[in-house]
Amino acid sequence: MTHYLVLSALLFTIGAVGFTLRRNAIIAFMCVELMLNACNLSLIAFSRMHGNLDGQLFAFFVMVVAAAEVVIGLAIIVMIFRTRRSASVDDANLLKF
Amino acid sequence: MNPLLTPLETATPVAATGVTAWAWLLIAVPLVSAGVLLIIGRAGDRWGHFLGTLASLVSAGLAVTIFVTMLGLPTEGRSQSVHLYDWISGGNWTIPLGLQVDQLSVLFCLLITIVGSLIHIYSIGYMAHDPRRRRFFAFLNLFIAAMLLLVLADNYLVLFFGWEGVGLASYLLIGFWQERPSAAAAAKKAFVINRVGDMGMAIAISLMLATFGTVTFSGVNAAAAEASPATITLLGLLLLWGACAKSAQVPLQAWLLDAMEGPTPVSALIHAATMVTAGVYLVTRSHEIYAHTEWASTAVVVIGTITLLAGAWIGCSKDDIKKVLAGSTMSQIGYMMLAAGIGPAGYAFAIFHLVTHGFFKANMFLGAGSVMHAMDDDVDMRHYGGLAKYMPITFATFGAGFLAIIGFPFTAGFFSKDHIIEAAFEHNQVIGILALVGAAVTAFYMTRLMLMTFGGKKRWRDDVHPHESPLVMTIPLILLGIASLGGGLLLNNWIGGWLQPAVGGGNVEAHAPSLIAGFASPIGWITLAVVAIGVIIAFVFFGPRKDIPEVAPATRNPLTVAGRHDLFGDAFNDAVVVRPGEALTRGVLAVDRGGIDGAIHGFVGLLGGLSVVVRRLQTGYVRSYALVMVVGAAVLGGVLVLTQLS
Repeated sequence: MTHYLVLSALLFTIGAVGFTLRRNAIIAFMCVELMLNACNLSLIAFSRMHGNLDGQLFAFFVMVVAAAEVVIGLAIIVMIFRTRRSASVDDANLLKF
Repeated sequence: MNPLLTPLETATPVAATGVTAWAWLLIAVPLVSAGVLLIIGRAGDRWGHFLGTLASLVSAGLAVTIFVTMLGLPTEGRSQSVHLYDWISGGNWTIPLGLQVDQLSVLFCLLITIVGSLIHIYSIGYMAHDPRRRRFFAFLNLFIAAMLLLVLADNYLVLFFGWEGVGLASYLLIGFWQERPSAAAAAKKAFVINRVGDMGMAIAISLMLATFGTVTFSGVNAAAAEASPATITLLGLLLLWGACAKSAQVPLQAWLLDAMEGPTPVSALIHAATMVTAGVYLVTRSHEIYAHTEWASTAVVVIGTITLLAGAWIGCSKDDIKKVLAGSTMSQIGYMMLAAGIGPAGYAFAIFHLVTHGFFKANMFLGAGSVMHAMDDDVDMRHYGGLAKYMPITFATFGAGFLAIIGFPFTAGFFSKDHIIEAAFEHNQVIGILALVGAAVTAFYMTRLMLMTFGGKKRWRDDVHPHESPLVMTIPLILLGIASLGGGLLLNNWIGGWLQPAVGGGNVEAHAPSLIAGFASPIGWITLAVVAIGVIIAFVFFGPRKDIPEVAPATRNPLTVAGRHDLFGDAFNDAVVVRPGEALTRGVLAVDRGGIDGAIHGFVGLLGGLSVVVRRLQTGYVRSYALVMVVGAAVLGGVLVLTQLS
């Protein structure tokens, strides 16, 4: 049981650190997915531990949301790349004070 | 005996029948005419003055019909009420829009409509060359309608409505020549001072609603006896406050002299014969209130006495013919107020003097208008002189008014003013002596006016050609002149008994007026003597052989200086009301700018400064946002874990 949670925490940390350190939008995007899936893992682990299906149900929700997010997020990244010839998240910094 | 202790019950009105039920037409006809004249525009320029005069004449005819009908009724049926509809009803209050046609209001109706009609006719000639004559007649009709509403109302709120209506008409007519800054300012001044008085009226009406729950005359009269002395005194003083502004009594007198900026027929109708007497009407109508409060009725007497002397004083020192007459109007209304304050014994005399004053003062104002007409609108009496030869009709009619106002035997003022002076002596010796002094001064300044205008040598410039006015102007003058001479004789034996049921005159018999009233008592003889002294003094100073300088001689005599400055009424208002008001305004403005605005602006500035700092956090870098979120989530988690542990 603990192993699952430790793995989940590791995956989440990798995702979070990757998101904050990498500039490439695709990589950042993959890091977000990694964090979501780390959460899924812990949800399923807890579901197993408590012996009910609530956690699994939540995992499905997360997957659906993640799929929708991928569709939109990828489309945005493609649009940004087309207009700026760059996929760096630091280049898209116009929305500020 | 003290007349204050024996107020008779006044008759309660009965529902009107016959022609009296149509009394609302008195008001409606001139009102509709005013509306038509104002709406129709230029199209009515050629016949507008005829419509206006016709409307006034129709009202006069109706008033006479109602009066004659009333003469045929028994005394207890003469007071009639016409209920039109419930105006305001809410909670426990129902305020009807009703008319009360009784002995008092019908007299006023006659005065307003008949003198009003004569002045309408006169104005056709006087305003013939004015491009806005139609509008002038519309305003005159509006005034007639409002004044009739004022005197016919059966409750204080409807009376107040008419009260405001005449105030509006007065404003419009004083400022009729609005292109003159002085006329515009005078109109504004009259309006503002009247608002001050209206405040007293409004508070009085509110007080009636709060304590009595009704504002009808009959309701208030019935409730007045049971009200607490404080309430009734306050009510009396508040009504007097309102009356002071409308009737130009001290201390709210300052507007009347400036109101002479209006066309002369306006001065005759509104500022001499009718509107300014509304205050006397109000006091007379509220007789039941004053019957129960010694304080307030004494205040009425004192204010009346002060005003009659102040007005006479001003009248002595002015060279402007209209201002002399305006001062005299103040003074005569002071006499009426004095009589009205004396109580039941005086009401009939107040109204008697009011009616005769309506005749002779309207006559003299119209005469003054006729003189001005002849002298190219010059109002300075020092530029007149010797006009009797050139304007015989005006001279004769003005002379009739003159004899009436000084109280020459058997003219109108002889009867009405003598009664007041006698009643004043009976009330209080000091007041009586002051009233007597007023009579002497009146004789002096009116003689002065006559001598400077019609007597002596001619002093006008060569390019002025005095001429008699056209018939349309002289016929009203002649009719009013006849009324000035004969009106007193006609009404003297009749008016006390006629009015007694409406105003509750307790002891008519004690004052049983007779043809020889003026000669019957020593006071009558004394009055005649002081009047003669006044006339003689005027002859000594302004007699036919005297040279009267073109400009008023400079003087240091404090009496003259004060009189020429309207007894410093404006300076007084300035110092007591205007300056403190301005200072208060400035103070409030400073508090508003510094305090309230300052607090709000300071807070806004603070928020603005903060936001300049805080918005720097929005860098646009997604990764730094993410870092903040991660750190924040970590801190939150840490806090949760730590609190869970402890």
